[in-house]
Amino acid sequence: MRELFQRFGGWLASFFLILVAIWLVGMVLAPNLMTLDYALRPNLPPARIGGPEDSYSLANFAYLANEAVHRTIFFKTVWASALVTLTTFVVCYPIAFWMAQRATRAQLSIALMALIVPFFVNEVLRTLGWYIILAYRGPLNAVLLGLGIIERPVRWQGDLGVLAGMVYAYILFMLLPIYNAIESLEKAQIEAARDLGAPVWRIHWRVVIPHAKAGIATGCVFTFMLAAGSYVAPALLGSPGSRWFTEIIYNWFFEGGDWNRGAAYALVLLALCLLVVLVTLRIFRVNLADVAK
Amino acid sequence: MSHSVELSGIGMSFGTTRAVSDVSFKVEAGEFFSILGPSGCGKTTILRMIAGFIQPTEGRVLIGGRDMKGLGPNQRPTAMIFQSLALFPLMPVWENIAFGLEARGISRAERRRKADELLKLIALEGYGERMPGELSGGQRQRVAIARALAVEPGVLLLDEPLSALDLKLRQHMRAELRALQRRTGVTFIYITHDQSEALAMSDRVAVMSAGLLQQVATPRQLYDDPATPFVARFVGETNAIPGRITAIDGGTATLETGLGALRGRAGPGAQVGGQATLYVRPEALIPGTDDANNLPATIDRVDFEGAFALVHGRFDDGAALAASVPSTRLADAPEPGARASFSFQPRHGVVLADA
Amino acid sequence: MSGADRIFRALFVFYLAGFAFYLFAPLVIMSAASFNESRFPTVIPWQGTTLDWFRAMWADRAMWEALWTSAVVAFFVVVISIPAGTAAALVLTTLHARARSFAYALMVSPLLTPGVVIGIATLILWRQVGVGGGLLLIVIAQASFIICYVMLMVVARLQRFDRTQEEAALGLGASRFMVFRRVLLPFLRPALLASAGLAVLQSFENYNTTLFVRGFETPLTVFIATKVRTGLTPAVNALALIMIAVTVIGAVAYELARRRRLRDNRAADLPH
Repeated sequence: MRELFQRFGGWLASFFLILVAIWLVGMVLAPNLMTLDYALRPNLPPARIGGPEDSYSLANFAYLANEAVHRTIFFKTVWASALVTLTTFVVCYPIAFWMAQRATRAQLSIALMALIVPFFVNEVLRTLGWYIILAYRGPLNAVLLGLGIIERPVRWQGDLGVLAGMVYAYILFMLLPIYNAIESLEKAQIEAARDLGAPVWRIHWRVVIPHAKAGIATGCVFTFMLAAGSYVAPALLGSPGSRWFTEIIYNWFFEGGDWNRGAAYALVLLALCLLVVLVTLRIFRVNLADVAK
Repeated sequence: MSHSVELSGIGMSFGTTRAVSDVSFKVEAGEFFSILGPSGCGKTTILRMIAGFIQPTEGRVLIGGRDMKGLGPNQRPTAMIFQSLALFPLMPVWENIAFGLEARGISRAERRRKADELLKLIALEGYGERMPGELSGGQRQRVAIARALAVEPGVLLLDEPLSALDLKLRQHMRAELRALQRRTGVTFIYITHDQSEALAMSDRVAVMSAGLLQQVATPRQLYDDPATPFVARFVGETNAIPGRITAIDGGTATLETGLGALRGRAGPGAQVGGQATLYVRPEALIPGTDDANNLPATIDRVDFEGAFALVHGRFDDGAALAASVPSTRLADAPEPGARASFSFQPRHGVVLADA
Repeated sequence: MSGADRIFRALFVFYLAGFAFYLFAPLVIMSAASFNESRFPTVIPWQGTTLDWFRAMWADRAMWEALWTSAVVAFFVVVISIPAGTAAALVLTTLHARARSFAYALMVSPLLTPGVVIGIATLILWRQVGVGGGLLLIVIAQASFIICYVMLMVVARLQRFDRTQEEAALGLGASRFMVFRRVLLPFLRPALLASAGLAVLQSFENYNTTLFVRGFETPLTVFIATKVRTGLTPAVNALALIMIAVTVIGAVAYELARRRRLRDNRAADLPH
């Protein structure tokens, strides 16, 4: 802190500190603490707020634990997000490896452009693209019917649609960290392993993946977090049977009218994400500073 | 106008590490003064204390007789040239040079005029619109100097500014710096670990070791009359023969060594009965025997270097021998592997008490 | 090259092609649908090529209002995030080791918080002082995590800054403020421009957070998502095509500028 004042002088340093305080206290800490406060109180009409019934309890969390439908949707969101993460990893790893170790400069530069451009396009629009493709009378069904692969149109909207849309949306978050990590691996190490007669899968399992673990952890953490907190893809590509936990939260706020319960649900989602982040970082022994790059 | 710089009892600690202890010396106005020492000896710390980037934990810094306590670097009549030069890469050369004038609120037209004047002084006329990245190493060096001179400092502080240059350019810049100092009359305080640089340019040199001031003297005195064993060994090459002082007579000390009794000038701290070492320069050793101060040795190697031949070997007491023999006397030079003897004049040897 | 290698290589090329198809098919099909006369956006069956949907989009008042709302939000998000993110980066880099890692964790936490939670938390806090969803809360909620991106980009740039430049400026008599304005700020400029661009994009494309704090406002993403439910026509595709074109041109221009700057920087970097 003293260094800040020495470096920038009193006025600038104070200005910086005030800005940072407004951000961290006013925009990050306070809202979350207030949410916690909400989550621990019952939902009461304005007249009875502050009255005898307005006391702290875990009732809103207990409600989630006991409500079978919501509980099921929560756990489904968890494992579906894990599935999205795994699928995205499987789809991205070969490309990342190719870009980092095999591609020529020109190929790499084209590949990076090709990856980054769709990412710049609005998430809602990207999802809309899938919405059109996966429509019951849409092009995917038409092509598959035309090729004779299916006999009747498939209703893609639902779990499969959500999976396709989400993997698509988060490719870059998975790919770039892995690419960066593999890029720093010396080509000679792979060649040495190959020289020693190691088969391809073994080279990846024993050499490339351990080297890239920080990148893989980063990609997985972000993808999981984004998937679990996603709203667009389930809302546009889902069906009533593929409801996402975020949709339940939304309903508490804007349809159910119980903000307190909604706050509790939101905090459960936040806790889940932080838990996954911390556990993944611990397992892969990765530092937080390596994640946010 | 140039200023004197006086350090009185300054010390600096970083946490528990002592970087500088109790250093006092005075640099006269208009002097070219160097601080010489190996890396980590505290010389850069001293320069940064003079510039005001750090405040000494003890002692005072006076510039032009004024106590600088509490004044920041932008309030002192000093300008500094950094080892990395620290030119502003995003400003054209002329704005770099005129930066200090901009800080003093001088008008743009006047700044431009002054910058052009300085560009002329450093022989870079017409380079004002270039970016620093487009200049060669030597040109950047000169721009850094012009930038510092533009604010007409009373004291110019130079932190090893030549260390990034190649040998030839370095020697050229040495002469240029020296000429510039003469012409401007500004007090220069020059930090270096390169003794030939310090000896060639300076009016006086301070030698530092491990945060302690060893000696302040002219280059000639430093070489001929080192005040401490560190200076004797650090500045120039030397032969060191250990022993015990048996007599001091009219400034001449007699030292009982493994090679017999040797005589040399008694340096500061020499006391009868004390452990001491005799230091004698390679060029003071003369092949052959004389009436006194004979040093029997075995020759390992003779390196012929043109004007001189460097003779390496061991004295009979085990100390290393380095002698530089003029080529004109090479006929007398001993063969490698042979036994030989050297002598020296007592006035060319100095006896210093061991630390 | 052995036979197995050849098969492996062929498989990989096939995979690459599939990946590229996966990447671009949605964008291409969505764009193509905006030229189809069909009332519902699709490419099958093709009922004839038309530009009517662009006209329809152009005439849609609600769409223009949504665009304006998004632009206003993006403007204020940039105005808030750039100074705050820069300040955060500077504070962070002058902190000492332990305080720094704590501050860092706090500063990146919004990136690890689901967008819906950020929106909800902002909504709940401001309800206490009687402020409901609307432009103000959209700006605040979006800025709270967009500041992180600015902070990270400025920190990355700061790592390449040679602090002796600041000392040199001070030593030449500059005030602390002048050092900041003339030396540090110009150095940070490329990072600030890039983060302003990123902030605009993030703000424009945000949906999850905005959804909760929008009140009665309808920014562009909400407008589009609502259309999907209430009656999608290829006019939305026409809008999408224009947005894609703008972002692609922007992205390409940015990438080209970045490469040029990289080259310039390499020329301007002084050896130490």
